Amino acid sequence: MIHSPYVRKAVSVQRTMGLVLLALIPGIVAHALLIGPGVLVNLAISTITAVGAEALMLHLRKRPVAIAVGDLSAVVTAWLVTLCFPPIVPWWLTVCGALVAIVAVKHLYGGLGQNPFNPAMIAYCSMIVAFPALMSQWPPAGQLSFDTQLALILGGARDIDGITGATALDALRTGLRSGTQTVDAVLQGSAFGALGGRGWEWISVGYVAGGLFLLAKRIITWHMPLAFIGVLAGISTLFWLLDPGRFASPLFHLASGGAMLAAFFIVTDPVSGATTPRGKLLFAGGIALIAWLIRNFGAYPEGIAFGVLLMNMCVPLLDMKTQPPVFGHHKDAKGGGK
Amino acid sequence: MRDSGAEDNPAIPFRARIMTSYIFVVIGAVLVNNVVLVRILGLCPFMGVSKKLETAIGMGAATTFVLTVGAGTSYLIDHYLLQPFDLGYLRTLAFIVVIAAIVQLTELIIQKTSPLLHQVLGIYLPLITTNCAVLGVPLLNVGLKHDLLESLLFGFGSSLGFTLALVLFAGIRERLDGADVPIAFKGTAIAMITAGFMSLAFMGFAGLDRFH
Repeated sequence: MIHSPYVRKAVSVQRTMGLVLLALIPGIVAHALLIGPGVLVNLAISTITAVGAEALMLHLRKRPVAIAVGDLSAVVTAWLVTLCFPPIVPWWLTVCGALVAIVAVKHLYGGLGQNPFNPAMIAYCSMIVAFPALMSQWPPAGQLSFDTQLALILGGARDIDGITGATALDALRTGLRSGTQTVDAVLQGSAFGALGGRGWEWISVGYVAGGLFLLAKRIITWHMPLAFIGVLAGISTLFWLLDPGRFASPLFHLASGGAMLAAFFIVTDPVSGATTPRGKLLFAGGIALIAWLIRNFGAYPEGIAFGVLLMNMCVPLLDMKTQPPVFGHHKDAKGGGK
Repeated sequence: MRDSGAEDNPAIPFRARIMTSYIFVVIGAVLVNNVVLVRILGLCPFMGVSKKLETAIGMGAATTFVLTVGAGTSYLIDHYLLQPFDLGYLRTLAFIVVIAAIVQLTELIIQKTSPLLHQVLGIYLPLITTNCAVLGVPLLNVGLKHDLLESLLFGFGSSLGFTLALVLFAGIRERLDGADVPIAFKGTAIAMITAGFMSLAFMGFAGLDRFH
């Protein structure tokens, strides 16, 4: 039992962002070991671009450059952009993504803490809409040498169709849409491991480890990860039990794609997400629901990014409607109801 | 949509197939082909009446009424007047006249029932006449060969989609009032950029109006 007075540590943006970066490292290490070190090259490219763009925008707006660049928020954005992109996208795609995230989504709205949309998710969505083929080239685990990956990133290799394979979500979708295969038959394919996509499932485990670290450090609260994972698991379990031939298991949904990265690092974005406790639950649950719908019925293999953006749009209304009553006031007596 | 896979799937009973196709018409109109964010129609009220949440809701309600009634009436005009007499070239003209009449009716009703809403909507109520979504939806109905019920549902769904986009947009814009937006982007500029991002988000619904 701890007694008062409590001494509170100052919470700085720099410390928070630093811990988020630290928490991403297990996932990145797993990524680099299992898939190949290409992700590290793209991380470097995006970090340089994002920090450069951040400094330029701050300079143009005559804001103190050193302090705002030193808060590491641009680095977090850059890392999240890279981690939701395929690791072997050409360098210019990473540069475009980082520029969209920092310049258009963050600084046009006034900089840190003011953007209504999640920068990394806008970067992902705009790039997958503009370059669907390049953004779907996910390499299978451990089959590409570093040289090949570097050549792909820097534009030395032209023909990449023979190298990359379908992701677990892609393969499942294509198999089911052909109408002749059931989930079990598709899951026998080479793209799949014990839980989700082969190799990628362990990266998910790395993200979970990082996420639990953030929870322990109280950088994020339990609401959003729990609601996201709970709703995704709940709805996929329901449909899986109803028709296991057409719908994949909850474990598959949780271990595939960016579900774990999203649950702990993207959905929990403190700026563009809901802020009230009930709002957080609705926000993250809504993302999971939309993601599951798009994964099963939509045109894109991964729906989390679109789910995040769609729920970002609802945040002002969610916050307004879920505002807890001020202590001592009755719910119906709160001023104006806004 | 008529060409959805539900129609030719023999495993589903006929009645259920019809129901599903109607449901998909509404889902398609609200989300997948959202009249503002995907078809990019009706941007004038979308930009003009989205500064405050309350006006956005009022405008949405008024447009919902006009658009639904307009879609149904236009179908009747087209099906029983224009097509039998081969007057298809008068379609745009006829639809505009019908819609203008319905807008006047709506204005009268709102003026009598809710003077406050009438005051708030002000200039925008007559402007529903020039809301290209209100003309666009009946024309799309003709193009998509919808029957009467489908036309009504498509009109209703489209106006729900319009209201949804307008209300969400108004929520974001109210919040943007407090943001430190660069001077060059203040006001309509950042609103246009926001609308672009919303449109991007709605692209995620692509494909959800078909039955797999």
